[in-house]
Amino acid sequence: MEKAIKRYFPVFVLPTMIAFTIGFIAPFLLGVYLSFCKFTTVTDATFIGLKNYMKVFEDPTFIHSMWYTALFTIVTVLLINVLAFAVALLLTKGIRGTNIFRTVFFMPNLIGGIVLGYIWQLLLNGVLAIFGRTLTYSSVYGFWGLVILMCWQQIGYMMIIYISGIQNIPGELIEAAKIDGANAKQLLRYVTLPMVMPSITICTFLTVTNGFKLFDQNLALTNGAPSKMSEMLALNIYNTFYGRTGYEGVGQAKAVIFFIIVGVIAVLQNKLTTSKEVQQ
Amino acid sequence: MKKKKLIAVLLSAAMVGGILAGCGGSGDSDKADSSDKKEATGKVYYLNFKPEQADQWVALAEKYTEETGVQVDVQTAASGTYESQLKSEMAKDEAPTLFQVNGPVGLATWKDYCYDLADSQIYKDVQSDDYVLKEGDEVKGIAYVIETYGIIYNKALLNKYFELDDAEIKSIDKLNNFDALKKVADGIQAHKDDLGVEGAFTSAGMDSSSDWRFKTHLANLPIYYEYTDKGIESTDAIEGTYLENYKNIWDLYITDSTCDASMISSKTGEDAASEFTLGEAVFYQNGTWAYNDIKDNEVADEDLGMLPIYIGAEGEEDQGLCTGSENYWCVNKNASEEDIQATLDFMTWVVESDEGREALANEMGFVTPFTTFADYLPSNPLVQANEEYTEAGKTPVTWNFTTMPSEEWKNGVGSALLEYAQGTGDWSTVETAFVDGWATEYAAANE
Repeated sequence: MEKAIKRYFPVFVLPTMIAFTIGFIAPFLLGVYLSFCKFTTVTDATFIGLKNYMKVFEDPTFIHSMWYTALFTIVTVLLINVLAFAVALLLTKGIRGTNIFRTVFFMPNLIGGIVLGYIWQLLLNGVLAIFGRTLTYSSVYGFWGLVILMCWQQIGYMMIIYISGIQNIPGELIEAAKIDGANAKQLLRYVTLPMVMPSITICTFLTVTNGFKLFDQNLALTNGAPSKMSEMLALNIYNTFYGRTGYEGVGQAKAVIFFIIVGVIAVLQNKLTTSKEVQQ
Repeated sequence: MKKKKLIAVLLSAAMVGGILAGCGGSGDSDKADSSDKKEATGKVYYLNFKPEQADQWVALAEKYTEETGVQVDVQTAASGTYESQLKSEMAKDEAPTLFQVNGPVGLATWKDYCYDLADSQIYKDVQSDDYVLKEGDEVKGIAYVIETYGIIYNKALLNKYFELDDAEIKSIDKLNNFDALKKVADGIQAHKDDLGVEGAFTSAGMDSSSDWRFKTHLANLPIYYEYTDKGIESTDAIEGTYLENYKNIWDLYITDSTCDASMISSKTGEDAASEFTLGEAVFYQNGTWAYNDIKDNEVADEDLGMLPIYIGAEGEEDQGLCTGSENYWCVNKNASEEDIQATLDFMTWVVESDEGREALANEMGFVTPFTTFADYLPSNPLVQANEEYTEAGKTPVTWNFTTMPSEEWKNGVGSALLEYAQGTGDWSTVETAFVDGWATEYAAANE
């Protein structure tokens, strides 16, 4: 069995590899090349060296959206994971209607980001209208609007991962802890949490990268208004590329920087949480 | 173990199946494409800028295909996304053969893609060189529609106001400067319940479907007066001498309005159009193109009129409506020769054949700069309003917003206007965005 897998490994990997090359590696390399070019359409570009990168750091909106995105990511990672874990705990207690609740919580995740963005725009604007405000009145409203939207969308998804983590904890372990006299708090702190550490790794990874990469929801909910103050990194890159004539290369350079930032953070986060995982 | 094997087999079957299905699908569509090509040489792909006329263009293209067998695809970009869509479409193998630029600034981006139209039939049909974009001797773009904008008003409602006892202005002839406009607007706002309206002006929506009415079209007026004073046609640094007037008219729009100034960031172009067509507002700043959205609603055609946008400049009693074009046709020179020829033929057909002229003039309601349209004057009442002003000897305001340095500049002004309106910023932000923004954007665009 083992040998057969090894022998046929290229056959099984090939389709994915082709897709990965076409869908990721090729555009990525082209993108990196384009970040050193001046161009109008991506098919004819002239090399200009590092100029694009210099312009990136002259652009105050990029720096602003970097901080705005970082703050957003911190808030959503904390909120989503804590809430998702809490819901997962509740829904593994065997209360009635558990399956219905799980389905309901998971469902928002099946709706696309743009659609969600517009739905929440209507909802939030409807509520804010009572106070004579709109979502794009200030970037604070946009920020919390996005946080609410993201929590609503992602808690269900993370919840499923946590539920599977919790269900994988061997019953003997909990039983043994109970016999030793552990109370509910201690059970959670010394048994459940260490045992679901792999799930926490996955969930924080997903929420961190989702937070940084957020685009659709941002575009639909506020589109950066007012004055680009609620513009997150991905949207800032998009607007630089498409919105400004002659800035296509700068947008591309921003994208490369963006990739490096997200890559470094994701790897660090992964290392950090993986080191906390325990052997079963 | 057996179960696992079974699952593995099923999974790989599903995977292979997926791949085959994928290939099969694309294979079919390839075939369909190639059979189309055999029937007709060359095809046309038009990326249309005007969402108001999206359906009419598709219908016209179908008619042409029926008649000649030449395939014509028409795509229309959503409001505010033309440049980005053009950018990605132009990078494709099947790039648009016919596209649009909005004037000299737009041409600067796309000039390397523009086919020289100097020898084309359509260029011979243009009334004068005022309506083409040239670079040296090369004709890069040809305007296909001349448009006019101003403050569209509801005659019935306005007359109702004139009849009020305490109306300060009693007739439309007296409504020929900013002070009069302000008096009327304030009066209507004060009597909105008597008149059965929600406000004098429609909501000044700053959603992307509507913000161009203010950051581009309204901003044209201070630029126009500054250019006229200096006798120039474009500049690398604007002084903003008429910004105070810009402020006055903007204040008027946001105070005498159907909605609170703090709400305008979410108001769309459709909101404004529907407020006007339902008779909830008297004034609506927009252009001849808006007729399609207004007609066949509560406001009858004979009740439609258009006022010049008065901002309080000296001698504005003689000011007419804002007339010009920001729709220039360009042919993609990187397209294959057959496609270019097909595109040129299509353009000629549009401006010379009966069907084409009928569609442009009557269905789309366009005034065109082509000599072939002498018998095809549109029935659009807003166009007729413009003719009345021209006949009365008023000076039309030219479209100088085509010389605005970049989209980024417009966005900067738009954001500043919004922040000023909702009270989160003050007028100096608009001044900075307008004056300093112009200089930096001009430098960035021309480096």
